[in-house]
Amino acid sequence: MAQFIPLFPFLAFVINIFFGKRLNQASAWVSIVASGMAMLVSIQTFFEQQAHQNGSIVLGEWLSLYGVPLKFGVTVDALSVMMLLVVTIVATLIKIYSVGYMHGDPRYSRYFAYISLFTASMLGLVLADNFILLYIFWEGVGLCSYLLIAFWFERPAAAKAGLKAFITTRIGDTGFLIGIFLLLSLTHSLRFSDLAHVNVAGNETFFMVAALLIFFGAVGKSAQFPLHVWLPDAMEGPTAISALIHAATMVAAGVYLVARTFPLFLANPAALEFVGIIGGISALMAASIATVNNDIKRVLAYSTVSQLGLMMLGLGVGGYAAGTFHLMTHAFFKALLFLCAGSVIHAVHSQDIRTMGGLFAKMKITGMTFIIGALALAGVPPLAGFWSKDEILLSAYHGHQGLFMVAVLTSFLTAFYMARLIFLVLFGKPRSDISHAHESPVSMTFPLIVLSVFAIFVGLIGSPLAGHAFQAFILPHEGAHEVEINSMIMWLSVLIALTGIVLAFLVYMKGLKLPAFGGLYRLLLNKYYVDEIYQEIFVKPALAVCRGAFGFDFRFIDGIVNGTASCVQRLSAIFRPLQTGLVQNYLLFQVVGIIIFILILGGLCFRF
Amino acid sequence: MISLNHYMFLSAILFCIGVFGVLTRRNAIGILISIELILNAANINLVAFQRYLGTPDGLGQIFALFVVAIAAAGSVVGLVLVIAIYRNGKNIFVDNFNLMKW
Repeated sequence: MAQFIPLFPFLAFVINIFFGKRLNQASAWVSIVASGMAMLVSIQTFFEQQAHQNGSIVLGEWLSLYGVPLKFGVTVDALSVMMLLVVTIVATLIKIYSVGYMHGDPRYSRYFAYISLFTASMLGLVLADNFILLYIFWEGVGLCSYLLIAFWFERPAAAKAGLKAFITTRIGDTGFLIGIFLLLSLTHSLRFSDLAHVNVAGNETFFMVAALLIFFGAVGKSAQFPLHVWLPDAMEGPTAISALIHAATMVAAGVYLVARTFPLFLANPAALEFVGIIGGISALMAASIATVNNDIKRVLAYSTVSQLGLMMLGLGVGGYAAGTFHLMTHAFFKALLFLCAGSVIHAVHSQDIRTMGGLFAKMKITGMTFIIGALALAGVPPLAGFWSKDEILLSAYHGHQGLFMVAVLTSFLTAFYMARLIFLVLFGKPRSDISHAHESPVSMTFPLIVLSVFAIFVGLIGSPLAGHAFQAFILPHEGAHEVEINSMIMWLSVLIALTGIVLAFLVYMKGLKLPAFGGLYRLLLNKYYVDEIYQEIFVKPALAVCRGAFGFDFRFIDGIVNGTASCVQRLSAIFRPLQTGLVQNYLLFQVVGIIIFILILGGLCFRF
Repeated sequence: MISLNHYMFLSAILFCIGVFGVLTRRNAIGILISIELILNAANINLVAFQRYLGTPDGLGQIFALFVVAIAAAGSVVGLVLVIAIYRNGKNIFVDNFNLMKW
């Protein structure tokens, strides 16, 4: 049954794109019902997988070239089943939320068509059992993110942000594709199931390069340093889309890819360490930027980069279960946070947290769920983020001391900026007129409540309280899965989270003055000048080369062409009248000529 | 049972529709679409001949893929021309556009 899961949202896409204008408001329900059905089938697949273990269904053969058949099919194992559940649940809730959030938009049905295609691509990506099929859906996800980030393309900023996301991820995709081909030439197989017994002996360097190139694709998709620049700009899209991109679909794909190809990285310790280091850099860098940003959505965007970095870090130190566990919990509470932010923006029509404050009194449900999401992200027990972050810290503690310190520092910054966001938005005195602010409609608050239930409880399945059920589920072959419980790490994790929150409370509620960090503050506010550096290193030289080429073309090449043309012009005066200027006229001559030619040829053949 | 003739007949119909479209459409986009029909008619032939006449491994398929790729490039050039025409005349009816003479 699993192979039909992506078909439901895809069908919704087809219906909405062709009949959306006529369906109007109903297009939302087509989309919601489709992903609801996908969710039900996913749940059924989950139970099936639990009953008969993993399955792989080969659907057909695409091309058979010189003995290497390219088969495509779906794979059903713990990882893909987990992703199926996360994607379908989160996507369904976000679509319900969008009913209220996108109400009255002129391209309402178009929106639901795109979001359905987005879901379908992500589900296909998760189910793919080989690199080529995964890459096809990978690009589908990229395309949909472009369409949705630039959904309000009348705004130049949105159009540019969409383009930036598309091009930046494409840089990573190019590396990914080269990596796939390199791997094909090394192993003569593109199926993920063959990665488990890949033999790197004798070809260590090439395998490492292949692993790094594949990781480069994940870097682009998951917005890791140095390709993280597109994600904050992607905030130009509708907030519900930000929630989908940041939680369930786009950026999760990169982490999923690394998890899916994990055997390849395990066989290359150097590549694995590189994954961890890139994750660490992204985590720390993005978390530090998030502490000073003033845009409610951008704070969350940098938080996503940072949390994805933590997942990569977890995977990089060998914590397969830790990384995937955080991927799952993060999907729920980050979707929740973005939807809360959307609800706030819906109420106050501003994204600048400096103009907010005191909104808790106005919007009780949004406020409560926002606080739950923030606490989950900050890592306060017993909410979801605490358990998964704890797992990552534990893996890092055993795997890599340096990365452990990075993870601890990131956790502290995370707690600090989330508390800052909560205090500035929900509490304190209103810093602008919020008398018109009111709670959002039920279609928007309902998903918030459901997601906050997930944000509270979903972490428990991987906690010691439930006997690390998630770890046993995702790594069934580890036998009696002995996950140690390190109370030292847990206390440390709680302590840094509380320190961060208390510090934010003192600074933003009690007016504690921090020592001046003038230079550092400016550096963070300008996002480490990464965009400016790219502008100088890549964009400007490229423009200079283009200008040079244009000048050469204009003077030299055009000069030759124009000279030739003026000679021909004089000669051509003789044949001018034949030309009518209508291209279809010429085509008609051509077709008539061919028909006459064929008739003559046919006549000759029959005669002899 | 579908025989080679069926494929050739389908391909011939597609080709004729394409030629008719190219010759009669006023809309430049319509002409581009019709050209795609012609190319795909050829593609059907290529793949069908490979299947039925037992040409060496994959040749027809590869050829068809080449045609698809080059058709994509061709369409790009075509669409660029359409945009250029539109900028000049504020419409894309090819019969309004007969400036390309002498």
